Amino acid sequence: MANINVKLKIWRQKNEKDAGKFDVYDLKGVSTDSSFLEMMDVLNEQIIQGGGEPVAFDHDCREGICGACSMFINGRAHGPDTAVTTCQLHMRSFSDGETITVEPWRSSGFPVIKDLMVDRAAFDQILQEGGFVSINTGGVPDANAIPIPKDDADASFDAATCIGCGACVATCKNGSAMLFVSAKVSQLALLPQGRVEASRRAKAMVAKMDELGFGSCTNTGACEVECPKEISIANIARLNREFLGANIKS
Amino acid sequence: MVLDAKIPKGPLAEKWSKYKASQNLVNPANKRKLDIIVVGTGLAGASAAASFGELGFNVKAFCYQDSPRRAHSIAAQGGINAAKNYPNDGDTVYRLFYDTIKGGDYRSREANVYRLAEVSNSIIDQCVAQGVPFAREYGGLLDNRSFGGALVSRTFYARGQTGQQLLLGAYGALNRQIKAGKVKMYTRSEMMDVVLVDGRARGIVTRNMVTGAVESHFGHAVVLATGGYGNVFFLSTNAMGSNVSAAWKAYKRGALFANPCYVQIHPTCIPVHGEFQSKLTLMSESLRNDGRIWVPKKKEDAAAIREGRLKGSEIKEDDRDYYLERRYPAFGNLVPRDVASRAAKERCDAGFGVGKTGLAVFLDFKDSINRLGEDAIRARYGNLFQMYEKITDHNPYKTPMMIYPAIHYTMGGIWVDYELQTTIKGLFAAGEANFSDHGANRLGASALMQGLADGYFVLPYTIQNYLADQINVPRIPTDHPAFKQAEEDVKAFINRLKSVNGKQSVDHFHKILGHYVWDFIGMARDKQGLESVIGKIRALKAEFWKDVRIPGEVKGLNTELEKANRVADFFELAELMAHDALEREESCGGHFRTEFQTPEGEAKRDDANFMYVAAWEYKGDNQTPQVHKEPLNYEYIEVKARNYK
Ligand SMILES: Cc1cc2nc3c(=O)[nH]c(=O)nc-3n(C[C@H](O)[C@H](O)[C@H](O)COP(=O)(O)OP(=O)(O)OC[C@H]3O[C@@H](n4cnc5c(N)ncnc54)[C@H](O)[C@@H]3O)c2cc1C
Ligand code: SF4
Ligand code: FES
Repeated sequence: MANINVKLKIWRQKNEKDAGKFDVYDLKGVSTDSSFLEMMDVLNEQIIQGGGEPVAFDHDCREGICGACSMFINGRAHGPDTAVTTCQLHMRSFSDGETITVEPWRSSGFPVIKDLMVDRAAFDQILQEGGFVSINTGGVPDANAIPIPKDDADASFDAATCIGCGACVATCKNGSAMLFVSAKVSQLALLPQGRVEASRRAKAMVAKMDELGFGSCTNTGACEVECPKEISIANIARLNREFLGANIKS
Repeated sequence: MVLDAKIPKGPLAEKWSKYKASQNLVNPANKRKLDIIVVGTGLAGASAAASFGELGFNVKAFCYQDSPRRAHSIAAQGGINAAKNYPNDGDTVYRLFYDTIKGGDYRSREANVYRLAEVSNSIIDQCVAQGVPFAREYGGLLDNRSFGGALVSRTFYARGQTGQQLLLGAYGALNRQIKAGKVKMYTRSEMMDVVLVDGRARGIVTRNMVTGAVESHFGHAVVLATGGYGNVFFLSTNAMGSNVSAAWKAYKRGALFANPCYVQIHPTCIPVHGEFQSKLTLMSESLRNDGRIWVPKKKEDAAAIREGRLKGSEIKEDDRDYYLERRYPAFGNLVPRDVASRAAKERCDAGFGVGKTGLAVFLDFKDSINRLGEDAIRARYGNLFQMYEKITDHNPYKTPMMIYPAIHYTMGGIWVDYELQTTIKGLFAAGEANFSDHGANRLGASALMQGLADGYFVLPYTIQNYLADQINVPRIPTDHPAFKQAEEDVKAFINRLKSVNGKQSVDHFHKILGHYVWDFIGMARDKQGLESVIGKIRALKAEFWKDVRIPGEVKGLNTELEKANRVADFFELAELMAHDALEREESCGGHFRTEFQTPEGEAKRDDANFMYVAAWEYKGDNQTPQVHKEPLNYEYIEVKARNYK
C-alpha cells in the first residue's frame, strides 16, 4: 500500500439542459488500496468541507454486480483495468501525480442527468419488449422435467451475466446497444424455455433499440473489449441469426 | 395491544392448503378496480408486483435505483434453498423446516417457516421456467451444493451470482407486466411516508430523486419490500443505498417493528482495510464447502504474520488451528453463521488473528485444490476469487484468503402476521423488510427463498383475502387531506434537514454511528454497554440536527439530501436496536449477551422467559418505545439447545 496524489479533471453538469464543463481538483494522500469510488467519496468530502456541491455519480452495490456505476475514465469505459466495473477499479491502477479525466457515458441513448450520472431507462424499455419468457407465476413443470446440456446452460449463463451498465454503448463509436441486446437474446435462446419465443423476442428488442436512437453495429468489437463482464460478440452473431430467422418467417 | 398472528388452525402440514381453500378471493372484473402499491422491486417486490399484475390488479411499483434490475438482491452470491431432494440425500419439506427453525435458534413461528419450506420447490420450478440458468450436471439436470446449518445439499446456484440470476428472472416477469400495462414502474423514487385514511394504508408519498418533486400515490393496499437495515452499521455488505427509511416511516405511523436486535454478522467477508472504506465485500458462504478456516496455533506465528515477517502459506500443517473443525466436528466449517462469526472473533480477541489489523482469519483452499484441481475450484468460485483478487491484490489460488465477520443481513423487521400484513390494515411487508421466518439467525441461501416465496406464492393469495372486501372502495384522490398533510410533513422534514446548514457531511455522522452500533450492538453485547450507547446515539443525533451540512438545492437531484434522510432514520433505529437488545436478557442466534453464555462460550437461551417475538411500538421522538410480546408456541418441534458438535 502507498499513498499517491492525483489531479482530477471531472465533468460537471448541473442538469440535462446545462452545457457542462470540466472542473479540476487536487486530491492528496489517496491510498492505493482504496477503490476508485472510495477516492471519489474522499473528493466529495473535501468538496463539501470547502462549501461546494459534491460530484453526483451512480453507484450502489460497489462490488461489480448491480451495473449502476458508470464512469468514463481517461478515455475508457470503467477505466484502465480490464474486466472490472468502475467500483472494482482500484487506485493502484494509477500513479503518483497522474491527471485523471472522468466523464459520464456519452451517448445519445443515455442523456446526462447530472455530473457523471446518466439516464439508462432505454435499456429497461428494450427489455420490456421481450427480455423474458412469457409465463405467469405458477403452473410450470418440475425444474428437472427438461434436461439441458451443461454446455448450453453454461453458455446461457455467460450471456446472462450482463449487468446492464451501458459501457458497450458508451464505448461504441456508433452508440450501438447490440452487445447488451444480444446478451439477453442469447441467454434465452440457448435454453429450451426461452427458445419458444426466440425469433419474436429478437425482432421486438431490435426494433425498440432502433426506435430509441441507438446506432447500428458495424462490428468494431470495441464493446467486447470494454465490457466488464466479458460478454462475447459471438452473442451478436447469434442475435443476427435469430433476427434473420424472424424476418424470414414474417 | 394483543398481537394476533392469525395462524390457521389444523395440523402444521395442512395449514397453508386449508388457508388457501377457505380464503376470500377477488373475481377478475373486480381485480381491475383495485390498485396495489409495491415499494421496492428487489426479489420480494419484483416477484410480488409481477404476480399481482398477472392476476389482473393494477400495480404501481417503486424503487430508488434507476432500474429494478439493480436492487440489492442482485448481489446475492451463493444460492437458494429448496427441499427438492434431487440428490437423494434425505431432504424433505419437514427437514428444511426443521433446519430453518433450529438455525433461527427457536425464535421463529412454526407455521410461517413450514409454509416457506412447503413452497420452496415451486420457486425453483418457477425460476427454471423463466430461463434462470442454474448450474447443471453433465446429465443436464440441476446441481446442488451445501450451505451452513444443513446436513444435506439443497442449495441451487448459478455460479457465484445466484441473486443476480433470480432477480433478472423476476425483473423479466416485471418487465412483461410493465409492457402489458398492468404495472407502472417508478424508478429513482424514494418513499417518504405511508398515508393512512381511516386507519388503513391507502397510499404513499414519494420524492422524485431527479426533480425533487414530492408526490402522492393511492393504492387500495400497500406492500413494503424495501429490504434490510444493515447499513445502520455504516460498513456492511449491503448496497450503499440500502436503508430502513420506508420501514421506519411505517413504524412511526403505527406498524410494530419486531426483533430489531436480531442482525446477522456474516463470518466470511473481506476484512476492513482503512478508514476511507465505504463498504464491505462478502465472500460467499458457499466457499466454506471447499475452504478450511484456520488461524495459527502459536501466538508468535500470528504476530509474525501480522508484521509481514511470515506468510500464511508458510505455516506448517501441525501449527494450524482449524478451530471450527476442532470445536464443531459434526458440522465443521459449515456451522451456522452466528457460530462461525463468534468463533472468529474469539480467536482474534485471544491474539491469534492475522492480517495487518489482527482482525482476520484464513480461509484456505489448498486442500481442495490439491484434491480437485485448480480448474474445478475455478468453475465453482471463479468470480469470487477474481473479486477477492481485485480488492486485495492477493491471489487466493496461491495464498489463503483472509476473512473477518461483517454485518450482512437483518432478521428483524416490520412485524407481520401469517398473511404478511402489518399491524396497520392494508399494509403488508415482504422479503428482508419483514421479521418473519428466520428467528434469531438466518441460514444461508434462505433469504432468496423467503423473498421469492413471499412475492410469488404467499402475497398473491393473502392480499386477496384483504382486498376481497375492498372492491367497493373507490380510488381516493390524492388531493384528499390525508395525502396533502403527509406531503406537507415530508416537505417540512426535507426543509428542516436542509436548513440545519452546519459544517459536517452526512457520512461523518453515519461513520460515528456505525462505530457505536458495531461496538455495542454488534457481535457481543452487555447491559452496561447497551445502556450507555443509547445516550451516545441520542447525543450524536442531536449533533447531526445541529451541524449537518447538505449542499445544493432541495429541488433537483441531491445525493447528500438522500443520504441525510436515511441517516436521520438510522439514528432512531439504532436506539431501538439497543432497547431490544437490552430487553432480551438471554443469548440467541445473532444476539449474544456476554452475561448469558455457557462455560464453552456458546449462546445460552432462556426459553422460559424469552420465547417470544418482541414487537415495538413507536411512542414519540426520544421516548422509550413500548414492547409487545407475541409468544412462540412449538407444537411440532422439540425445543433443544442448538448443537452443531
Ligand atoms: C452480498 C450479499 C450476498 C447475499 N447472498 C445471499 C445468498 O447467497 N442467498 C440468500 O438466500 N441470501 C443472500 N443474501 C441476502 C439476500 O440477498 C437479501 O436478503 C435479499 O435479496 C433481500 O431481498 P428484498 O427483495 O427483500 O430486498 P432488496 O433486494 O434489498 O430490495 C429492496 C428494494 O426496495 C427499494 N427501496 C428501499 N428503500 C426504498 C425507499 N425508501 N423507497 C423506495 N424504494 C426503496 C430498493 O430500490 C429495492 O428495489 C445476500 C446478501 C448480501 C448483502
Ligand atoms: S454487455 Fe457488457 S458492457 Fe454492455 S451493458 Fe452488458 S455488461 Fe455492460
Ligand atoms: S456500484 Fe454496482 S457495479 Fe459498480
